[in-house]
Amino acid sequence: MAGEARQSTVDEADVARFSRLADTWWDARGKMGVLHRFNPVRLAYIKDAACRQFGRERKRLDAFAGLRILDIGCGGGLLCEPLTRLGASVVGVDPSETNIAVATLHAAKSGLAIDYRASTAEALADAGERFDIVLAMEVVEHVADMPLFVARCAEMVRPDGLMIVATLNRTLKSFALAIVGAEYVLGWVPRGTHQWDKFVTPNELEIALERGGLHVSGETGVIYNILADTWDLSRDMDVNYMLTAAKPA
Amino acid sequence: MKLTRLGVYSRGMTDPSKPGPFDVLIAGAGLVGLTLAIALRQSLGASFRVAVADPALDRVADPRTSAIIAAGRHLLEALGVWARVARDAQPIADTIITDSRLDDAMRPVFLNFDGEVEPGEPLAHMIENAPLLAALLEQARADGVVLLATGVASFDAQPEAVDARLSDGTGITTRLLVAADGARSPLRERAGIATHGWSYLQSAIVTNVAHERDHHGRAEEHFLPAGPFAILPLTGKRSSIVWTENTDEATRIVALPDDEFHDELERRFGLHLGEIETIGPRRAYPLEYFMARSFVAQRIALAGDSAHVIHPIAGQGLNMGLKDVAALAESIVDAVRLGLDPGGPVVLDRYQRWRRFDALAMGVATDGLNRLFSNRSDVLRVVRDVGLGVVERLPTLKRVFAREAAGLSGDVPKLLRGEGL
Repeated sequence: MAGEARQSTVDEADVARFSRLADTWWDARGKMGVLHRFNPVRLAYIKDAACRQFGRERKRLDAFAGLRILDIGCGGGLLCEPLTRLGASVVGVDPSETNIAVATLHAAKSGLAIDYRASTAEALADAGERFDIVLAMEVVEHVADMPLFVARCAEMVRPDGLMIVATLNRTLKSFALAIVGAEYVLGWVPRGTHQWDKFVTPNELEIALERGGLHVSGETGVIYNILADTWDLSRDMDVNYMLTAAKPA
Repeated sequence: MKLTRLGVYSRGMTDPSKPGPFDVLIAGAGLVGLTLAIALRQSLGASFRVAVADPALDRVADPRTSAIIAAGRHLLEALGVWARVARDAQPIADTIITDSRLDDAMRPVFLNFDGEVEPGEPLAHMIENAPLLAALLEQARADGVVLLATGVASFDAQPEAVDARLSDGTGITTRLLVAADGARSPLRERAGIATHGWSYLQSAIVTNVAHERDHHGRAEEHFLPAGPFAILPLTGKRSSIVWTENTDEATRIVALPDDEFHDELERRFGLHLGEIETIGPRRAYPLEYFMARSFVAQRIALAGDSAHVIHPIAGQGLNMGLKDVAALAESIVDAVRLGLDPGGPVVLDRYQRWRRFDALAMGVATDGLNRLFSNRSDVLRVVRDVGLGVVERLPTLKRVFAREAAGLSGDVPKLLRGEGL
């Protein structure tokens, strides 16, 4: 690829912001608490979708045996570690060297073998890497060129494989909840974590996925249950939502 | 399949003399600890390593009996334990409640619960702890639970794992440590979890009696001024007595010569079942109420009596413990099936949220019942008798109470509904 700035889908300002947070990635009671609480619902969604696609038994602790999974924007490895425990062979990429250092250190402490790389989706795509599942969880709202990013990710999905995306919708409600609520009122995530105008509607995302040669096979909203302090699946896709797309065999 | 589950097991696995590492280490091989171990192994399979450590592992000598309510029975059925003890369990066909002075000639029945929550589903069974513990041990062995006949002497809860030292000097690593080591829980103390509560200044005299006539599965609770006197049916023509007195009086009564003890007992028991005879030992257990300030700490969960002890007036103590087991097991199983850490905040927060408020509510309710009934006030006697009379006349309200007492209302964990995990 030509080395034009336009071709890199990484937004430098966002990388710097997350690097500052890296030390606190694994403190579930700390600044990343909201992501830790969000983890079970997205893992359950990934597990359900993957078990359906690859004919695996949901209750098995090695349900992902033999599957190669790419987690883009893996941060401190909050998804990579559980996916590895379920038997997957996981590659975690993050543009932030600090995040990769934190994730590598933690995986060693957990005794898990995970292939972490300080790299980008487009570098892996350029290298011709292929995966059964490509995950872009809470990442498309941070990239500079969403359709390009999605297309490059889609390239890496094997025939019959899956891409799963979790992100934030661009609605008035998401502005109120994700920006004003989560960043300013509740202080769940640091101010400036999200830019509302970079949020992605399900329709925009579907178009990008279909252009990448994938077919959207499932979608769900995710809502915060204020009483139980948990995140649950919902039909309401106005704020947080997840999409699954499959590549034809 | 030989796989990347090398996970936590890759460390320390080279030393064959050292047990573990474990995913869950449970301190205490009582009803709660063993049931939890069995539930985890059955749900998560052989790759999930569970150990139970207890210095008294092979010295099962618990003279007490337990009321297992329908929810608890569902749990034991789901784990295959119930089949092993069903013949030792006496279904409670009905329960009568009276409110009397000791010298009342007649004890009018204010409340009569017939024993079924639903047709064919008794509200509760009475069972002696000894055969139940034996059955749980058998099941735990069959399910590959590692049983260690030693205590947990100390531990160091790190962010990623707990390093525990057993009383025999062995070091052991676990991702979650469960304190099921009873009301005086040394682990709870060591974890720095405070409790709040009080003594009732009452003790429960516990013994078993044989009687001439059949009890027909009837349980009786007589609210005498000193506190509740319960006659709970056991298999055969036997019953278990839970007899509340002020602690000084209870101490005096258990120390009486056999014939005098018999007279005191008979004054309260009555003659409706014919001649009675005390069988087995008699002991007085001081009654107290306490609730742990937290049911969890870093990589530690409290379950059963280590988390809460309540007044036995409603026979709910063990059932609360089994509810802890079902909720903790479900929290762990759901997380581990997602590849999450069994000792991480996802599990511990969910368990705490699920159980602590519920346990507190049950503790407060039983405390209130005891205060309402254990006294000599004529005013309170009228209040409670009107209350009981109202309940007796409203079948719907009675059913609500019965479902509540059976543990089948509210946010019931799957195992208590008889569903697998």
